[in-house]
Amino acid sequence: MKRIQTIATRNLKQSAQTGGCGECQTSCQSACKTSCGVANQQCEKYIGQNK
Amino acid sequence: MIHQYQLNGYNIVLDVNSGSVHCVDDLAYDIIALYQTTEKQQIINKMLVKYAAVPEINKAEIIEVLDDLAGLKKTEKLFTPDIYQSKAFDFKNRSTMIKALCLHVAHTCNLNCQYCFASQGKYHGERACMSFEVGKQALDFLVANSGEMTNLEVDFFGGEPLMNWNVVKQIVGYGRKIQKEHQKNFRFTLTTNGMLIDDEVIEFANNEMHNVVLSLDGRKKVHDHFRKTFDGSGSYDLVVPKFQKFVKMRGDKNYYVRGTFTHNNTDFTNDILHMADLGFNELSMEPVVCAPDDPYALQEEDLPQLYGQYELLAQEMIKRNKSGKGFTFYHYMIDLEAGPCIYKRISGCGSGTEYLAVTPWGELYPCHQFVGDPKYSMGDVWQGVTNTELQTQFKLCNAYARADCQGCWARLYCSGGCAANAFHATGSIKGTYEYGCKLFLKRIECAIMVKVAEATLDSTATE
Ligand code: SF4
Ligand code: SF4
Repeated sequence: MKRIQTIATRNLKQSAQTGGCGECQTSCQSACKTSCGVANQQCEKYIGQNK
Repeated sequence: MIHQYQLNGYNIVLDVNSGSVHCVDDLAYDIIALYQTTEKQQIINKMLVKYAAVPEINKAEIIEVLDDLAGLKKTEKLFTPDIYQSKAFDFKNRSTMIKALCLHVAHTCNLNCQYCFASQGKYHGERACMSFEVGKQALDFLVANSGEMTNLEVDFFGGEPLMNWNVVKQIVGYGRKIQKEHQKNFRFTLTTNGMLIDDEVIEFANNEMHNVVLSLDGRKKVHDHFRKTFDGSGSYDLVVPKFQKFVKMRGDKNYYVRGTFTHNNTDFTNDILHMADLGFNELSMEPVVCAPDDPYALQEEDLPQLYGQYELLAQEMIKRNKSGKGFTFYHYMIDLEAGPCIYKRISGCGSGTEYLAVTPWGELYPCHQFVGDPKYSMGDVWQGVTNTELQTQFKLCNAYARADCQGCWARLYCSGGCAANAFHATGSIKGTYEYGCKLFLKRIECAIMVKVAEATLDSTATE
């Protein structure tokens, strides 16, 4: 695919099977809490693995 | 559903439901825009006309792109259907473990910041400090309601939590004592304005706090405009050296230096860069949330400039990263490979369900932003959540429950946004705070662009 480059991403559909443990950080988006939205979170299962 | 946009020289295509991100050239970008609505032959004809002046683009090339797109669609990386909607409504039946508390250890403050949502820490009520007894009971309540969950988060919040520092230390000590017997792991965090930071605070916090959030608005003039002491003078010169020392001693532990921007500094990128120049490299800068008639409220006409600032910031970060002087901006931290699973993306912040705020008196609220509003009182740390009706409302409040989010490409990045902002803007926790959405969309576009730039290592586009 010379005109399309696909960036590596987590497969969300697969995550429906593997995810949902709830161990990751809560994600308040409010300003006073530094807006930890879900977008800028990491999955707990990956922390310490690839990073 | 897809979302395609052009930014900083990149053509970016997001496949909303699979989470895939593609960086494409102009021809592929144009074909993708037509792909779902237009006949193949028609696409070919249109492209031949549009690219008539480009000799490499012929019929065979166009067909190759069409085939590639068909392949991506088949492997669910493009135009992937939404299979999650049905899941979102199972959330009503999901368990109600509690895993995070925001402890309002001090409803009082030693700064008098004009824009404070908590009205100088008092939350429109009496000044008060939490006793150790209440804090201890809050941790017991959390452990008892956390089920199988191992990681429990406790944020020391205020007002200014350092004004009740002895109790904070006692609560931490108690947590460390009980976590072993219950096989839990407490992650304590602290949000502070810095005024009372000293060597003892630094040492304790660096040993015990998983994260610290330090409030600084950026340039001295900007910071001092709102963040004043009670005698009316600015606090910049008092807190900056303390923060610098704190961060230096912190080593590789997490911290954030965070600020708020308002209508008065719509050129907030300068404030972020100022923080970076002070030696801080974990940064966050938030749009002020206040009543629309406040003189410093962000205005509709500020938007183009704010968008421009977010783009500028992204470009500057790419540049600084390359030169080894990079910093993180919280909103651009997006981990495409190791980000949250779909459950998290649908359910969001967990306010009123897995996350609760505790007042100095031990009352429970859905989150810190609802504290002080009696309609949102949920119970207390002795009796637990007694307002289960309210709990159910919050349980059902997810990305799929909000009408405005249905057509939005970013819903799995924001999970429907902040219930408190929605409530303040529309009167309903299921509403949306439109202005906040506009800024959020721009930030996510920029964040993904930064990732694309890193992944493609294309130096030409940013110059
Ligand atoms: S409702 Fe808003 S302020 Fe409250 S926890 Fe959720 S994101 Fe944060
Ligand atoms: S830790 Fe990972 S798998 Fe578990 S809920 Fe969070 S994002 Fe999902």
